[in-house]
Amino acid sequence: MINKICLAFSLLFFSAISVADTLYITLEKDNALAVVDGETGKLLKTKKLGQRPRGLAFSKDQSLLYVAASDDDTIQILDAVSLNIIGELPSGEDPEMFKIHPNGRLLYVSNEDDNIVTVIDLEKKSVVAEISVGVEPEGIAISQDGKWVVNTSETTNMVHWIDPLEQSIKENTLVDSRPRAAEFSVDNSVLFVTSEIAGSLSRIDVATKQITGKLHFKVPGVDKELIQPVGVLAHPNNKVLFVALGPANRVAVVDIQSMEVTKYLLVGQRVWNLAFSPDLTRLYTTNGVSNDISIIDVDALKVTRSVRVGHYPWGIAVK
Amino acid sequence: MIKSLKIYASVCLLSVAFSACVQAQNVNVKIALLTEKLPVSPALSNLDPILTDQGIQGATLGIKDNNTTGQFTGHHYALKHLEVPVGGDVAKAFNSLVVKDHKFILVDVSAATLGRLSELETAKGVLLFNVSATGEALRNEDCAANTFHMIPSDVMQADALAQFMLKKRWKKWLLVEGTDAKDTNFATAIKRSAKRFGLKIIEEKKWAFEHDARRTAQAEIPVFTQGADYDVVVVADVKGLFGEYLSMNTWLPRPIIGTQGLVPRAWHRTHERWGAVQMQNRFYAQAGRWMNDVDYASWLAVRAVGEAVTRSKSLGPAKIKEFMLSDDFSLAGFKGVKLTFRNWNQQLRQPVLLATARSIVSVMPHKEFLHPRTYLDTLGYDKPESNCHF
Repeated sequence: MINKICLAFSLLFFSAISVADTLYITLEKDNALAVVDGETGKLLKTKKLGQRPRGLAFSKDQSLLYVAASDDDTIQILDAVSLNIIGELPSGEDPEMFKIHPNGRLLYVSNEDDNIVTVIDLEKKSVVAEISVGVEPEGIAISQDGKWVVNTSETTNMVHWIDPLEQSIKENTLVDSRPRAAEFSVDNSVLFVTSEIAGSLSRIDVATKQITGKLHFKVPGVDKELIQPVGVLAHPNNKVLFVALGPANRVAVVDIQSMEVTKYLLVGQRVWNLAFSPDLTRLYTTNGVSNDISIIDVDALKVTRSVRVGHYPWGIAVK
Repeated sequence: MIKSLKIYASVCLLSVAFSACVQAQNVNVKIALLTEKLPVSPALSNLDPILTDQGIQGATLGIKDNNTTGQFTGHHYALKHLEVPVGGDVAKAFNSLVVKDHKFILVDVSAATLGRLSELETAKGVLLFNVSATGEALRNEDCAANTFHMIPSDVMQADALAQFMLKKRWKKWLLVEGTDAKDTNFATAIKRSAKRFGLKIIEEKKWAFEHDARRTAQAEIPVFTQGADYDVVVVADVKGLFGEYLSMNTWLPRPIIGTQGLVPRAWHRTHERWGAVQMQNRFYAQAGRWMNDVDYASWLAVRAVGEAVTRSKSLGPAKIKEFMLSDDFSLAGFKGVKLTFRNWNQQLRQPVLLATARSIVSVMPHKEFLHPRTYLDTLGYDKPESNCHF
């Protein structure tokens, strides 16, 4: 009995220091959303969605979850608690990646087939602007101060710098082949861009829009053609960056200052996207081909487990 | 927005050093496509329409893509298309393009014609992009320093098939060959690949029946394919005169590969991975049909010029060539890896798709085929094997 009470107390204590988190993962091939407990790695449930769900994000107040259903040409709005679909956004065709502006009101989504970025007012659920960009717009990143929205175009090989006040392109930076994802440093001074085909990461100075550093990934024993950086995530300590290397099945840990890789972490096959637990103790990766997610201990920089979630896990959001 | 770009252009000029920023300038880039019409072979069936716009649609889409990029860099790309009727003077048409200051010319012509064009005195300061001729001589003893090959050669295609057969352990082949010169070329490539990957051609047969195959397939093919035991039938029928009728009519229940059945392709309508869906959609919306190999090669050629112009900030053919052969050049072609040129014969390195009518079976080479440089060089003539001397 006393033991049981002790156990109960210790469980309470544990849950108090390690914040419980829930992962929401889009499954491209299952047309569904997987819900996973971040701490235990347990698959809690799977919820049917529109066709080919990819990008997803919570509203600023976390009451809503937006999911891009690419093949349905829409962004679905889910109640974040019940996960019931309660509406849609006019995303334009084939929405894939999107981000919500820190003002909580504007959503930027790239429409690959039409070479535009669509800006949606989340309150009115209407299109505010369509911005013509390069061929096959892909990644979107928004600086935390809200001053810049950037979009990468995969075939034009550029980063387009969009002013969210005017919804127009102010500058363009040429980067390596097939830029996929972009991420601002937490102090908004630097932008990181992954180039999938070139196998590189560029560091761009936000003030001058010039490339100030470049890293070509090299993994011993892995053919260089297979090293295809995609998702990129900056640690709030502004020292470390995590980069998903696609079919190289690795996550690279990059020192932001030196632009050097400090460690490669072996994860599942075709790693796409990354997310932290809210307390920053864990890093999650979606692995498209092995149909699982990897959970990484951020302090130890060790992969602790992998969890089967469904077919072609792609996007991830954590609450 | 144009205004802001102009302002930015001046900012760019002021800021020296690591120049990745994009300058807006107004520069015209002229690209031409020269098509030589060849006699159309008799159609086997009415399923496949005879294309009158092959290559043109691919090049046009490439120009559109380049111009979308060009709106940010100030480059404007234009395509000039010239078509020479059957038996017409291709060299004359080529010269007329050169006179009009075309430095980048895509050529959809026969191998023999391409050999002649590359040698022309007027072709000296010009870059030619071969978008359709798959013959080996053009990439070996007849290679030309002014010519880049965008389409995979016969040998690259045959190697792709052979690698996949090796993986499947379908190592005993019956080779069925048509009577056309192109069939002989393809069969030669197949024989080389078989030897290279340790596969065995246990029997070779020539298909020389001249009557209508539609009437006789059921009767003729079982008898024709009788004999030794084999794992697969490899068919060399480039023009498609009989190959389609082998399937389900062979004496033994065996798959068909080669020019029919499981086919090696630079592009295929069933290809969807690595963003290829976007490309398929863009192309279909423009052309009202699916993209073929020559369209894809033409798109690649235009994009290669675009990439080289954007990044080298140059328009001169010599500079463009130098950049395309440098380590800085890489082309994204929806095949999951970067595409680059082999500097020993100026062939574009690229994966080859293996497809049946309605599905992609595999994308070759598989990374298990090891190579000290890149696994892509396990397809086609490698550097030590090459007879090309520029």
